[in-house]
Amino acid sequence: MQMSGAQMVIEALIAEGVDTVFGYPGGAIMNVYDEIYKQNGFQHILNRHEQASIHAAEGYAKASGKVGVAMITSGPGFTNAVTGLADAYMDSVPLVVISGQVPMSLIGTDGFQEIDAIGISRPCTKHNYLVTDANDLPRILKEAFYIASSGRPGPVHVDIPKDVTAQIAEFSYDFKVELETYKPHVKGNPRQIKKAMDAIAKASRPLFYLGGGIINANAGEEVRELVHKTGIPAVETFMARGVLDSKDELLVGMLGMHGSYASNMAMSETDLVIGLGVRFDDRVTGKLSEFAKNADVIHVDIDPASISKLVNADYPIVGDVKVVTQEMLHCLDGIDAANYEPWRDTINNFNDLHPLTFHEDSERLKPQWVIKRVGELLGDDANISTDVGQHQMWAAQFYPFSRSRQFISSGGLGTMGFGFPAAIGVKAASPDKVSINFTGDGSILMNVQELMTAVEKKIPVVNIILNNNFLGMVRQWQTLFYDKRHSETDLSVQPDFVKLSEAFGGIGYRVKTKEEFDAALKDAVEKNVVAFIEVIVERFENVMPMVPAGGSLFNMMLLEKKETK
Amino acid sequence: MTENSERRVVSVIVINEASVLSRITNLFSGRGYNITSLTVAPIPDTKYSRLTIVTAGSVRVIEQITKQLHKLIPVLRVYEHADIVEKEMALVKFPITENITDIDTLCQAYNGKIVNVGESVIIAMVADEPKRVENFLKAIKRYNPKEIVRSGAVALER
Repeated sequence: MQMSGAQMVIEALIAEGVDTVFGYPGGAIMNVYDEIYKQNGFQHILNRHEQASIHAAEGYAKASGKVGVAMITSGPGFTNAVTGLADAYMDSVPLVVISGQVPMSLIGTDGFQEIDAIGISRPCTKHNYLVTDANDLPRILKEAFYIASSGRPGPVHVDIPKDVTAQIAEFSYDFKVELETYKPHVKGNPRQIKKAMDAIAKASRPLFYLGGGIINANAGEEVRELVHKTGIPAVETFMARGVLDSKDELLVGMLGMHGSYASNMAMSETDLVIGLGVRFDDRVTGKLSEFAKNADVIHVDIDPASISKLVNADYPIVGDVKVVTQEMLHCLDGIDAANYEPWRDTINNFNDLHPLTFHEDSERLKPQWVIKRVGELLGDDANISTDVGQHQMWAAQFYPFSRSRQFISSGGLGTMGFGFPAAIGVKAASPDKVSINFTGDGSILMNVQELMTAVEKKIPVVNIILNNNFLGMVRQWQTLFYDKRHSETDLSVQPDFVKLSEAFGGIGYRVKTKEEFDAALKDAVEKNVVAFIEVIVERFENVMPMVPAGGSLFNMMLLEKKETK
Repeated sequence: MTENSERRVVSVIVINEASVLSRITNLFSGRGYNITSLTVAPIPDTKYSRLTIVTAGSVRVIEQITKQLHKLIPVLRVYEHADIVEKEMALVKFPITENITDIDTLCQAYNGKIVNVGESVIIAMVADEPKRVENFLKAIKRYNPKEIVRSGAVALER
């Protein structure tokens, strides 16, 4: 069928089953927006900044497991989106981002709103395309969706010059993607899997090290089964929160820089690390030479480049975590959960020695209490997004996650301003759950314009602003490592967050007590509109435990012990 | 990195398409790897090109380079060579006043010859192993070379 490039974009998105597109129009992408106006195959959500469009698409993708789609214009529209692309690349989020470009005849002439978009997006996307002929568009769009969602997922950027969106060409979408040069390795080597399982049977202190790859592979159920059938304790990375239920007795906790004492000690004492969908990030491992020093390493990942990149794998298994875990479940002979009883006791003792907790010893509310309280009140009924900083770590530590895709946060890139737009995407993907965004007084201002998006589209995100009048995480480092020189982190000068929300048509609360907080949260959830709940919290609270950057996991700064009342 | 850095030759087969070369060079620059030399040419009767990259790094770095190259979508194959035949070409321009017989003899010793003699310059060519090309370039220093061009290495597995 003959149609314009712009129509092809619409047809392809509908054929891919896209139901929501996030974006912001502009000159070079107008032909496509004209077609968006005429169609009703998907809804378009107009964010108020291109960065937010990408984060919203990320939230949508992370919550749904589908490919997130965003659409932006050339030049500044595109450069605004770069942070989002980089964020999605670091956290392996499947996205297709379509940008307009100046017409072919203007490319290279420093035309109005021209920038070398694919030159910029190259290092922060899985792949990218500049479309120079509408005849290539169906193939490129189909490849984009395939590449974004297969293998190790990631963002794919398609840059389309304005004249190509106007060009008439033949459209057919009924073909299979065939890429000779791209064939992700899904099935793990069976012999290698068998060897790994034999190693598990022989180990006395094995430890599952669960990563975000499990969520990407939709392998949560299989991993739960494997953990329970083997009786081997497990630690989760920040990205894997929710893979195991927080109530699971075999879940030791989160490991890493702000991991629990027991998790970090377990990782330091284990004799066999079973890494599933992990990448040995520096925030997880601390000092590499001391990381799991006495252990052999099994490493399952779909990305061969992740294996033995930082920590040498004794049992490397390249494959999809879901498929490999299923195979592992067939090789459980010789593995007896009872053998690990003493090891589990050791870990329980670690936990008794320094449990993950906090002291309620201040006049002001403790931020950790707020997180815990939301967990008690909403628990499984909420999806949790966060921004970046102290509140993010407290959310990862203290929220009782119960399922995969419940926790949506910017892990690898650590992008302040991620939380609110992401929560909008999460709500669009998962309307039956309450969408909570834990944020800080620093982060929320980085994409605060999304109040308008949420109000316009009636997307009731509840933003809980843990306000300590500080850029808290940086302040914490300054307190601990820079002799309390709090350079440019005091945020005492602030907007009135209640009025700010109201100015956009949302609702706002400022709370100082537990009772006020409970009432505000209940009210906000019932009213089902966009809300800011500003919670005045203790200013100088630190995230503990903490492994100082570059330190060994077993050398943690710990919460000071207090006499129990 | 405290590990030993070694010279390595990596061949990469890529689809002939726009911006594929910048994907490869970006990968090196973005991760702090060095390219000593790089040659590219299409493989006859296919849609592919072959790149020969000479780089340096520890075993771990080279393993990462290979894996990261392979991760690029238009890359078909990556060979990290051990046992190879490797050749490089060099062109050298000498003033016409230099001893042409001496230069010719030297060239022949390095698998080359004089390819052009003009009014004011002599141009010589050699094609040999990179190490030997280096030696040749040392040997001709006393003939006052005006310009030297090296092609970078190409290699084939034995």
